[in-house]
Amino acid sequence: MAIATAPTAPVGKLAKTWETAPGLYGVLATVDHKTIGKRYIVTALVFFLAGGIEAAFMRTQLIHSNVHLLDAEEYNQIFTMHGVTMLFLFASPILSGFSNYLWPLMIGARDMALPRVNALSYWTFLLSGVFIYTSFLIGQAPDGGWFAYVPMTGRTYSPGLNIDFYALGLIFITISTTVGAVNFVVTFFRMRAPGMSLNRVPIIMWGTLSASVAIIFALPALSAACVMLYFDRRFGMHFFDAAEGGHPLLWQHLFWMFGHPWVYIIVLPAIGLASDMIPTFSRRPLAGYTFVALSTVTTAILGFGVWVHHMFATGLPMLATTFFSAASMMIAIPSGVSIFAWIATIWHGRPVFRTPFLFLIGFIVLFVIGGVSGVMTAAVPFDWQLTDNYFVVAHLHYVLIGINVFPVFAALYYWLPKMTGRMLSERYGRWVFWLMFLGANLAFFPMHISGMLGMPRRIYTYQAGLGWDTVNLITSIGAYVFALGVLLFLVDFFRSLSVGPEAGDNPWDAPTLEWSVSSPPPPYNFAVIPTVRSRHPLWEGRLDEEYHTLIGSGPVLDHGRETFGTSALDSDPFEILQMPEDSLWPLILAAMMTVTFYGLLFGVWWLAILGLVLVILSLAGWCWPRPARDEEMDLLPEEG
Amino acid sequence: MAMVARPYDLPISPQDGRAPGRLGMMLLIATEASFFVYLLFSYFYLASMARGAWPPDGNNPALRLSLPNTIILIVSSGTMWWAEAGIRKGQQARLRIGLLVTLILGMLFLAIQGLEYSNQSFTPATHAYGSLFFTITGFHGAHVAAGLLMNIFVQARAWAGHFTATRHLALSNVALYWHFVDVVWIVVFLSLYITPRLG
Amino acid sequence: MAMTSGSPAMFGTAGPAAHQIAVLGWVLTIISLAVLLVVSLILLVALFRQRAARAEQPESVVIRPNGSIRLIVWGGIVVPAIILICALLFTLFVQSAVATPPAAPVATIRIVGHRWWWQVIYTARSPDQQVVTANEIHVPVGQPVRLELVSADVVHSFWVPKLAGKTDVIPGQQNTMWMQADKPGIYWGECAEYCGLQHAHMDLLVVAESPADFRHWLDQQRQPPPPPADPITATGERVFTRLACAACHTVGGTPAMGQIGPDLTHLASRRTIAAGTLPNTPGNLAGWIANAQGIKPGNDMPTMSLPPGDLQALVAWLETLK
Repeated sequence: MAIATAPTAPVGKLAKTWETAPGLYGVLATVDHKTIGKRYIVTALVFFLAGGIEAAFMRTQLIHSNVHLLDAEEYNQIFTMHGVTMLFLFASPILSGFSNYLWPLMIGARDMALPRVNALSYWTFLLSGVFIYTSFLIGQAPDGGWFAYVPMTGRTYSPGLNIDFYALGLIFITISTTVGAVNFVVTFFRMRAPGMSLNRVPIIMWGTLSASVAIIFALPALSAACVMLYFDRRFGMHFFDAAEGGHPLLWQHLFWMFGHPWVYIIVLPAIGLASDMIPTFSRRPLAGYTFVALSTVTTAILGFGVWVHHMFATGLPMLATTFFSAASMMIAIPSGVSIFAWIATIWHGRPVFRTPFLFLIGFIVLFVIGGVSGVMTAAVPFDWQLTDNYFVVAHLHYVLIGINVFPVFAALYYWLPKMTGRMLSERYGRWVFWLMFLGANLAFFPMHISGMLGMPRRIYTYQAGLGWDTVNLITSIGAYVFALGVLLFLVDFFRSLSVGPEAGDNPWDAPTLEWSVSSPPPPYNFAVIPTVRSRHPLWEGRLDEEYHTLIGSGPVLDHGRETFGTSALDSDPFEILQMPEDSLWPLILAAMMTVTFYGLLFGVWWLAILGLVLVILSLAGWCWPRPARDEEMDLLPEEG
Repeated sequence: MAMVARPYDLPISPQDGRAPGRLGMMLLIATEASFFVYLLFSYFYLASMARGAWPPDGNNPALRLSLPNTIILIVSSGTMWWAEAGIRKGQQARLRIGLLVTLILGMLFLAIQGLEYSNQSFTPATHAYGSLFFTITGFHGAHVAAGLLMNIFVQARAWAGHFTATRHLALSNVALYWHFVDVVWIVVFLSLYITPRLG
Repeated sequence: MAMTSGSPAMFGTAGPAAHQIAVLGWVLTIISLAVLLVVSLILLVALFRQRAARAEQPESVVIRPNGSIRLIVWGGIVVPAIILICALLFTLFVQSAVATPPAAPVATIRIVGHRWWWQVIYTARSPDQQVVTANEIHVPVGQPVRLELVSADVVHSFWVPKLAGKTDVIPGQQNTMWMQADKPGIYWGECAEYCGLQHAHMDLLVVAESPADFRHWLDQQRQPPPPPADPITATGERVFTRLACAACHTVGGTPAMGQIGPDLTHLASRRTIAAGTLPNTPGNLAGWIANAQGIKPGNDMPTMSLPPGDLQALVAWLETLK
């Protein structure tokens, strides 16, 4: 393979080729991974605020015994939507946003492997979120809890549209998540710059890859369960109806076969983000790279074998619970490996205390707390006491806030300057961190105690005299403090857009490829495709690496939207990929799906069928080759 | 325009087994296959929890229509393979005829399936077994229908002469999907029609 | 609310099952806190060791030190594996210890979860010996009872924190558990699995009393209540049996045979009404009858608009159902 080097890359031509068209068309048709990534992040943060407002309502209701700010129906809808929002519309999409934005920049590619699928993934995410939230407009938001146990959510006990919004909304968002995951896997195995062999990819790649593979195999369990729930409700089927040969536990099995892998799906990419940031602030490469990568993959695999620990109180035989108890405890070991890899990195490094690093330290501490409380709930008899009370609520919030929200906020402080070109404030950042860290612990540590005091989860009010008032007061205050931190972050963000100092290419003196391009990066990402020779291309000179990554010289690929297709293991280029132009089809397809889902929701069958036909036509329109491309294809030489 | 000399001699978006679209299709099939795994898990779970007979009325699903139908679908996989092998050699006619025969066989399968549905003594709302039977075979039928729509789509392209011996990724993807639908049916057939006879 | 002996905390237990689990819980809690403490200390040392020495170097210096792998292998694999295996073995030991009661159960109590109250049936060989009550379980101190848990509608979970771990109550299957109280007292129980609108108001009391008192209570529950002794209570009974009340509730010895709501044969002997929602006082009872939907919205009890005289008479009669 002969690779010519270009002394001066034709950046003008590249920019023109890769730019999104101006105007409304460009806004709706763009397939630029950077735009899509930013949209993902912003949309997910909007849902985070919505979920946060719901949490604030709940914490105000529970601040003391017998408060009746909300009635039972309102509270049940609010807590259900809080869970659905945070788990499906924030925790996973925000990580997709970072991965979408960062992956091509980190691996020296010009876009994701399937850019239009990427656009589809975003539009379906946005529209499914809107779909679920329109339930509030008719006052029938989902009210069955985020795991919606049957038969409470069946037609008999829930005749409204609440659960139909839930079942169809989750099937809809599953489409978004699944096509996104497919895109990540293909990108991982085809799009890495020449020389970026498997042992040189940033850990976020391992995190998102593991999560994506888990999505591909686990999400169908949720789709299947929701399809059955919808069929039971709408067509009077009997999957979960014990009187007609169905069984309520079928839902629980299917839900947790999806649900437990989902926990890892929304923490592994965040663990990856953290693993890529900690070295920058420790001024050294990550300790135990292979350990961390392997523990990530191992966790995703083991995550499929522990679902029954959500069902220890359902009366299963002891042999089964023993097996799942052991598996659930052992899954702590890969987490321990990662935690000690980070600690070793810091121990043998020279820590520099900037805002992202503060969030990362907070993340490690919260991770440990969430981890050990997880081991406590894995002990079957103790779980009989802990499950479905506030101890579990505390545990899952330590996991989700500790291992998802804290790395995400670190990542916002770390990578927003790359996206906007402006730094956020260190002074604000420290306040934001301390408010969120103290707020989270003040809110969620006492929840362990309210659980041990016998407070069940999902109660809209409680009586005086049960000993729950004080802990709940502390929890509510902690929640408000946490919210204050989030609000201060928003202030800092909007402030930084106008008055933030210029970020420059590499404000943190970080080692990975995304920091070699301007902030914000040009539409084409890299003027010349880099050739990678190590895990930390920008530190090679200082680490006395034998070989040096080529940045700024190498192949240009400027005949249209082009990037390299490379081999899965060693990342040897074997083809030049022509990337698709902007297209309205992803948006049209997502919109037609929305029509279909509303048709199914209201049982307006002609609308559902019309939507389905339009979905099929949109797919055909999407896949039909455009004439210009077609001519070009016919001209291509036949390789043989 | 694409013949402009390049400074490196790599193929341009070759449509071989390593194309991103091919990998994407394989992953899509993996997730669809998982969906059927979970449906079949539900079937066996409820069968294992059943208090009375399984199927509830004691009658195993009849093989009179389903066995010939299975053979039809397997044959259609063969004709699809024959069509794809044809275009690999650049034989347009073989591609078109193969696709057409596959389409007809697929439609025949759906028609026989419909006939079998109309003969059933139960409906999806009769009992959980009925829900499972119709949902599993119905989702499979929907996949057959999707495969037929894809067939019509690539058939239109085949008659328009889009495919060559080296560039026929869309066709290969549709063929792969069709074989997948076939394999799913064999598993569904063994699970729903054969296993109750073994017990 | 002075209905029970204090908070329903899972520690400070009153029965052998809860006690053994509490020991396991304390052990796991202490291990967990120790792990948190040690890891936090290591992290702190990592962050601040050689701080002065490092400050002299400019940030642009990056290093590649050795010696990290040992920390990962010991801290991340070996030590956690040892701790986890010990925790698992102890867990299994406790699990098999609480699997069976210390003695043969002296009574079998069938508990039916309803939205949102607990039906309690003391099973007996002959139907007339069977006792049906609601939201209050009496048990003899120091003797185990066997519980059969079934659901009339959705999934519930039966939990009396001071006496035992929770067991789910699932339609289509019967789960069993055992329970024993070692100290006399009144213990708070609740539904722990979200079961819809009024999940928050699905509580119960377990009354542990001496075996003699328990036998006495059981005998008394088997008797029909006394007939009305005065005109007011007679009016009350008439109101009850002629109005909608009798369609849903049963009162032994009267024509009221309704099966939808709790059996009220010995209502006046119970400590709470509406599944632990309110203490059972005449005032609360009248308030509940007049405004059940205001107190516990969505429950099956309709709000009854009775003339004040009828309401008074009805409450007076219900108060005689000892």
